[in-house]
Amino acid sequence: MKSAVVQLPGLNRDRDMIAALTKISGQAPITVWQTETSIPDDVDLIVIPGGFSYGDYLRCGAIAARMPVMQAIKEKAEKGVKVLGVCNGFQILVEAGMLPGALMRNASLKFVCKEIKLQVVNAETDFTRAYAAGQIIRCPIAHHDGNYFVEAETLKSLEGNGQVVFKYAEGTNPNGSLNDIAGIINEKGNVLGMMPHPENLIEAAHGGSDGRGIFASALDVIAA
Amino acid sequence: MIKARVTITLKNGVLDPQGKAIEGALGALGFEGVGHVRQGKVFDLELDGEDRARAEADLKAMCEKLLANTVIENYTIALD
Repeated sequence: MKSAVVQLPGLNRDRDMIAALTKISGQAPITVWQTETSIPDDVDLIVIPGGFSYGDYLRCGAIAARMPVMQAIKEKAEKGVKVLGVCNGFQILVEAGMLPGALMRNASLKFVCKEIKLQVVNAETDFTRAYAAGQIIRCPIAHHDGNYFVEAETLKSLEGNGQVVFKYAEGTNPNGSLNDIAGIINEKGNVLGMMPHPENLIEAAHGGSDGRGIFASALDVIAA
Repeated sequence: MIKARVTITLKNGVLDPQGKAIEGALGALGFEGVGHVRQGKVFDLELDGEDRARAEADLKAMCEKLLANTVIENYTIALD
């Protein structure tokens, strides 16, 4: 299974993401620059990594979401190609309208960089099959704007459709996000956005490998 | 040339932690009776030409496409 990592000025977690994808799939991802208008047909998973694209100017992810490569990603997503956005990648996906809602400034107004407990709410997605429903995993976070907001009607349908894939485990919400939401998937089930950084917890050298299952699921390399 | 000002405000019901912090700081400075502080953004733009109707339409498109996130924000456009 072939993957691609999107690169934009100001993203800084791209190398971590490339390392994680390479180690887990055994194959290095291709990289796609923001001005590219197409993505090769053999790519099955497109990842938008974390960072501070365009310095978080205007709103986090707002300018990145209007770059030509996003149109190419939208077209691929419509055809069923999997798209994963992590942290700034999640912010870019909501700004691009590929996922509902918005990511606002943390309720504490502080940048949070720590490890949290993440609950896998829906373990039946293409990104979470390696986990059990309700399983609580460790995962690092590092963000200033992870406070998920969406209007009540959409929130209801997200919860009802199983589109809320990850929640911060009870009592550990680090940013004030609505219903403790940490990650959501689109209705079709092929575009996932999440604030935590699973790519930073995939091997012993990281102190654990709880994040590995997300890539193993998406890359279809879950160990038997 | 047309000068324009675009003002972006948060929609009602959207939590504004920055506005809340400013509200608290104003209280701490001794300004009593300050409630519901909401933070927003202002953009001043200069547009070529003199066609005001077109400028207004262009600005609306700019707000919808980039300047505002209409999930959480409202915008108003004022021409000089």
